[in-house]
Amino acid sequence: MTKGIAGIGEDYKYGFKTPEKYVFKSKKGLSKEVVEEISHLKGEPDWMRKFRLKSLEIFLKKPMPWWGGDLSDVNFDDIYYFIRPSDKQGRTWDEVPKEIRNTFDKLGIPEAERKFLAGVGAQYESEAVYHNLKEEWKKKGVIFLDTDTALKEYPDIFKEHFSTVVPPADNKFAALNSAVWSGGSFIYVPEGVHIEIPLQAYFRINAQNMGQFERSLIIAEPGSFVHYVEGCTAPIYSTNSLHTAVVEIIIKKGARLRYTTIQNWSKNVYNLVTKRAVAYEDATMEWVDGNLGSKVTMKYPAVFMHGKGAKADILSLTIAGKGQNQDVGGKVIHMAPHTSSNIVSKSISQNGGRSSYRGLVKVLKGAHGVKSNVKCDAMILDDKSRSDTYPYMDIDEKRVSIGHEATVSRVTDEQLFYLMNRGLSESEAAAMVVSGFIEPIVKELPMEYAVEMNRLIQLQMEGAVG
Amino acid sequence: MENKNLKIQDLQVSISGKKILKGVSLSVKKGEVHAIMGPNGSGKSTLSYALMGHPSYKIENGSLTLNSEDINSLSPDERAKRGLFLAFQYPVTIPGVTVMNFLRNIYNKKIALTNGGKPVSIFQFNTLLKERMGLLKMEDAVAKRYVNEGFSGGEKKRLEILQLEILNPDIAVLDEPDSGLDIDALKIVSEGVNRAIEKGVGVIMITHYARILNYVKPNFVHVFIDGKVVKSGGPELAKELEEKGYDWLKG
Ligand SMILES: Nc1ncnc2c1ncn2[C@@H]1O[C@H](COP(=O)(O)OP(=O)(O)OP(=O)(O)O)[C@@H](O)[C@H]1O
Ligand SMILES: [Mg+2]
Repeated sequence: MTKGIAGIGEDYKYGFKTPEKYVFKSKKGLSKEVVEEISHLKGEPDWMRKFRLKSLEIFLKKPMPWWGGDLSDVNFDDIYYFIRPSDKQGRTWDEVPKEIRNTFDKLGIPEAERKFLAGVGAQYESEAVYHNLKEEWKKKGVIFLDTDTALKEYPDIFKEHFSTVVPPADNKFAALNSAVWSGGSFIYVPEGVHIEIPLQAYFRINAQNMGQFERSLIIAEPGSFVHYVEGCTAPIYSTNSLHTAVVEIIIKKGARLRYTTIQNWSKNVYNLVTKRAVAYEDATMEWVDGNLGSKVTMKYPAVFMHGKGAKADILSLTIAGKGQNQDVGGKVIHMAPHTSSNIVSKSISQNGGRSSYRGLVKVLKGAHGVKSNVKCDAMILDDKSRSDTYPYMDIDEKRVSIGHEATVSRVTDEQLFYLMNRGLSESEAAAMVVSGFIEPIVKELPMEYAVEMNRLIQLQMEGAVG
Repeated sequence: MENKNLKIQDLQVSISGKKILKGVSLSVKKGEVHAIMGPNGSGKSTLSYALMGHPSYKIENGSLTLNSEDINSLSPDERAKRGLFLAFQYPVTIPGVTVMNFLRNIYNKKIALTNGGKPVSIFQFNTLLKERMGLLKMEDAVAKRYVNEGFSGGEKKRLEILQLEILNPDIAVLDEPDSGLDIDALKIVSEGVNRAIEKGVGVIMITHYARILNYVKPNFVHVFIDGKVVKSGGPELAKELEEKGYDWLKG
């Protein structure tokens, strides 16, 4: 049996050396000294240094989550918490594992992009495109920077919003991120400004978005609209086994924000991300979250609907292959009347993979007229694989309408026979049925992602069937 | 015209251990029309599935040859590549896959095969599709719907014939293409089948009603009872069956 994309990562040569060309690298393990050093090297204001230290204390006190994926292999003492790469990236193309390079070939990823994805290039070479867009954003007063730079250049907006959505005490991994964060995206959209072209993490100069402890903060002022896109369908090669990000989003009155993530981490990565948005009156938050890679993913994008009429849309797509546990879902907290939410989760489990939908619908007392719909569809491609749903509900208000629907499907023999009768091979037939299954989510992705996604499914099916 | 044909010899097929086909022999050349008529449950659909290589249907005995090649052990897609096609009695639903994408995919597979040709662009294909759908009086909106999902009986049958016309196989088995069609639709579907026949497709038409045979003229009519062809004749046999039923032929 040939190996699909899902299979890459199984053969990573962990032995290959990361060249020691860093300007600075903290000691392994986490301590007060390490955190102090990070803050010092970044030249941060005192409040941030204190915030980091306090977060460290919280992190050390908090227990590991007992639910979700198996995290017993995560060794916090065996991790570098801060590495500042030299200006010239150390890794060379030859050092990128062959499987990854082959996958890039198959996906037809352009040269420049490949190097970036593999951690070879210092930045994505899209300067020309980027330059024009940057001018436009600037004219409209939009700020789009990496988070470290934003802290320096816009200290007031930063301090006003930072950590207001995800406090360090929220969970152990949020505390960890708060203590050692580095990089991530900072976006500020002024009142009434609509940005039609999605902001892509790619475009950011000095992109550090592949970092382990990235921290993103997005503020959408009243009546604004923006779509932020991060990640890609190609596997992201990372020598770091822990990816613990925090994303905080504030959407003010009548604004709308869409945050699209497609992540395909290599299969050694624990992907533990806290993503949360606060939506004020008549604001709309849309999370589109695709998780293809990693060893364990625990990610439940949340929307706190503070203002009446606020809306939340969470679309989640996961593929769990051999050795993978994708524990994902969404949380919607209805805190005001006439708020509405819609969660659609689609998972594919194959080759022994395990995927779970874990979700929460919470309605506070007084939030009347709330509407919420949850739909979880699981597709299980073989008997070795598994899918579970854990839909939690906590409803303190009577005048609400709550719907929940879960389905489990397979690629049926009749479907395969029908499609093969029209000339498709077994794997092409299976890929077609699977693409149909995820279509409701894929059609929400930017065009180039949708195309890549279908190609990826095709590759995976070649590995899974026949 | 090349001498393309399908030869079925003494075909015996069982499913879940139960023998359904008990020795079927039939020979179909390109451009010919063979009608198969027979009571419910006599094994007509089983024959069509077995011809296409459905994995649940076990061939106990007999042979299948297409253009002198033994196709007995080939997978369904290999058979399709060699020019076999089945219009299903009960077409299958593929949720989330639009008719347009589905048809473009299978069309491009076919093109790549026939002249090693390049796949057509989305635009080119849509032009072709619109024209073909027009001939079958299908609404444009159907192209954007998901394959067979929520289709009426008549819409499903038209989609099967649309695929027949797009793929233009050598030999096509049409399993009750007329069932559930209203009078106008029957005519439209028949015209589609006739266009295919004019292009040289050899047809095995499974039907319960002589009516479609007024439009699609068979060269031969075969009566199928209890897993076997019990009588063969010309078009007049269909009329006779319509009048007399099957009892007089049951052994
Ligand atoms: N998967 C199956 N498992 C068990 N029995 C089956 C299966 N498929 C078909 N059969 C049986 O085989 C026999 C022939 O069925 P088939 O569908 O071929 O009949 P048919 O001639 O096409 O009937 P109709 O005119 O109603 O379409 C029937 O008795 C049917 O119940
Ligand atoms: Mg039948």
